Amino acid sequence: MSRTSLDELLSSRDWLLADGATGTNYFQLGLMSGDAPELWNIDHPDRVRTVHRSFIEAGSDIILTNSFGCNRYRLKLHDAEDRVAELNNLAASLARQEADASDRPVLVAGSMGPTGEIFEPVGTLSMDAGREAFAEQAAALKEGGADVLWIETISSVEELTAATEGAGTAGLPVIGTMSFDTNGRTMMGLTPKDFGEITRSLQVGLAGIGANCGTGASEMVATVLGITEARPDAIVVAKGNCGIPKYVDGHIHYDGTPELMADYARLARDAGVRIIGGCCGTTAVHLKAMRAALQAHTPGAKPSVEAIEQRLGSVSDLAHGRDVAAEAAASDDRRSRRRRRA
Amino acid sequence: MSDEEELDLNSLDDEELVQQMHDDLYDGLKEEVEEGVNILLSRGWLPYRVLTEALVEGMRIVGVDFRDGILFVPEVLLAANSMKAGMTILRPLLAETGAPRLGKMVIGTVKGDIHDIGKNLVAMMMEGAGFEVINIGINNPVENYLEAIEEHDPDILGMSALLTTTMPYMKVVIDTMKEKGIRDDYVVLVGGAPLNEEFATAIGADAYCRDAAVAVETAKEFMVRKHNQMAAV
Repeated sequence: MSRTSLDELLSSRDWLLADGATGTNYFQLGLMSGDAPELWNIDHPDRVRTVHRSFIEAGSDIILTNSFGCNRYRLKLHDAEDRVAELNNLAASLARQEADASDRPVLVAGSMGPTGEIFEPVGTLSMDAGREAFAEQAAALKEGGADVLWIETISSVEELTAATEGAGTAGLPVIGTMSFDTNGRTMMGLTPKDFGEITRSLQVGLAGIGANCGTGASEMVATVLGITEARPDAIVVAKGNCGIPKYVDGHIHYDGTPELMADYARLARDAGVRIIGGCCGTTAVHLKAMRAALQAHTPGAKPSVEAIEQRLGSVSDLAHGRDVAAEAAASDDRRSRRRRRA
Repeated sequence: MSDEEELDLNSLDDEELVQQMHDDLYDGLKEEVEEGVNILLSRGWLPYRVLTEALVEGMRIVGVDFRDGILFVPEVLLAANSMKAGMTILRPLLAETGAPRLGKMVIGTVKGDIHDIGKNLVAMMMEGAGFEVINIGINNPVENYLEAIEEHDPDILGMSALLTTTMPYMKVVIDTMKEKGIRDDYVVLVGGAPLNEEFATAIGADAYCRDAAVAVETAKEFMVRKHNQMAAV
C-alpha cells in the first residue's frame, strides 16, 4: 500500500487530529525524571510503540516520533551526541510500524525540538552549526520512515530559520510551530502575528505553521487567532497543553479534562485551525474526546477572546489586544535616551 | 535628541552620568557601561557605590520591564552582559574594599535538563542585585547540589527546570536535603516555564519565582526575614 501524503490527507479532510503528550505519558510507563525519553527508542521500544498505538486507537491522524530532544546539542547531555542518526532513525521506524499497522492512513511526523542553545548574535550558536544539526536529524528521521518533519517549541527567529532550512534539506514537507509562553509571546519576545509574518519570508516554505505547548488551552486558541490573522492562507496547527501542570503523588498531572480539551478542539477549529492536537498532559482519553467533538462539530465564526475565556480560561493581555511592549516602545519618553548607537 | 549624537561621558556630572549608565545598561551598550564605571572610579567613587547606584539600579529597571513584559530575553541578556562587563572591573576592587554582600546563592538546572537561559538570567540578575552567585550549570544530579551547598554554604539554593520531564526532579533534591536534615538551613527557590506556585508548594520549596526579576525580589525578601529572625534571637 502506498503511503498517503500530508497533502492528500489535508485535501480529503477539513481537519486532522495530531497526537498527545510524549513525556507525560512516558512517566506513566516508568520514565524517571531527568532521563532522556529518546533513549527509550533503544531501551523500551515496546513502550514507545504502545504510546503511539494508544494515540492511533484514540483517533490521531498524525503521530509525532519520540525524537523531540534528538539533536546533537540535546543528546550531548546524555553523552549520546554521536547517536543522532541511530536514535532518530529508530524513533521514526517505531512510529512507522504503528502507523502502517492501522487500517486508516496515519502520518508519521518527525518531531524536532530546539537545541537548547542561544543563537548568535545574543548567544553563541552560529546559524551554520544550527542548520547542520537540524539537517542531520531530519535526514535520519526521513530514513526511518517519517512522512513530514515537525519542528516544535521554537522561541527565536534565528532558531526557526536554522531549523526550517536544516529540515528543508531532507526533501519532506516541513511543519513549524513555536511556543508562546511569555505574556502571549515566545520567550524571545515574538508575537503570534510576528511569527505569521515571518513565515512568509522563510527560505523553506512551510506546509503548516502554528503553536504548541505554551501555557494552556485557552491561550493556545487566542494564539492561533493571531497566527490566522497574519496568515489566513496558511494551514494552521495547534497543539495545546492539557490545562495547567499540578503535582500529585510524585507525578506531574495536567488539570485539563477530556471535556475541556474537546471544547478547545472545537474552538481551535472555529479559529481556523486545520491540524489539532494536544501537548503536555494530553492522553489518549483526551484525544478520543477531541476526535468525537471534531466529528460532531460544524465550525462556527471565529471565537472572541471573551468567548475563549468563558469556555477555557483566562488569556494574556496581548491576546486582549493590549501590547505593553509596543506601548512602552511607542512612548519612548519612558526612558529618555540621550544617545543610542545602532 | 538625535540618534547620531555622540556623547562624551566625561562631560556629564555624576548624577547625569549615572542616569546615562542606566540607559546604556538598558540598551546593552557594554563599552559605554565599562567607560562609565571607570569614570566614576576615577572621580573617587567607592566601588560599592558604583555597583549599587549605577549597575544594580540600572539592572533593577531592566528587571521591572522584563517582569512587565516590555523587555524579553534577548534584550535582558545584552543588558546583563553589559552589567557583567562592569562587574568584571569592580569585582577585584570590591574584594579589596570588603564591600557588603546581600547573600549567597547556589543555582543550577536539574538533572536531564539542559536549559541554561532562564537560569543564567536569574544568576546574572542576582549578581546584579548584589548577591554572590555560584552557578553550577545544567544537568545537575542531587549530588552536585549537595556538594555545592556544602562547599559554598549559601543562603539560597535555586533550581531551574524547563521540561515537564525534569521538573519532578526538584523534589528529589529537596527530599534528599530533608533526609540529611539540612533542608531548613537554606531557602529553596524554584523556577522554570512549566512550574507554578502550587507545584513549588507541593514539592516543599520555599517559593516559586515566575521570572528573574521576581527571583531577585523574592531572594531579597527572604534575606530580610532571615536578618530579622537573627536579630530577634
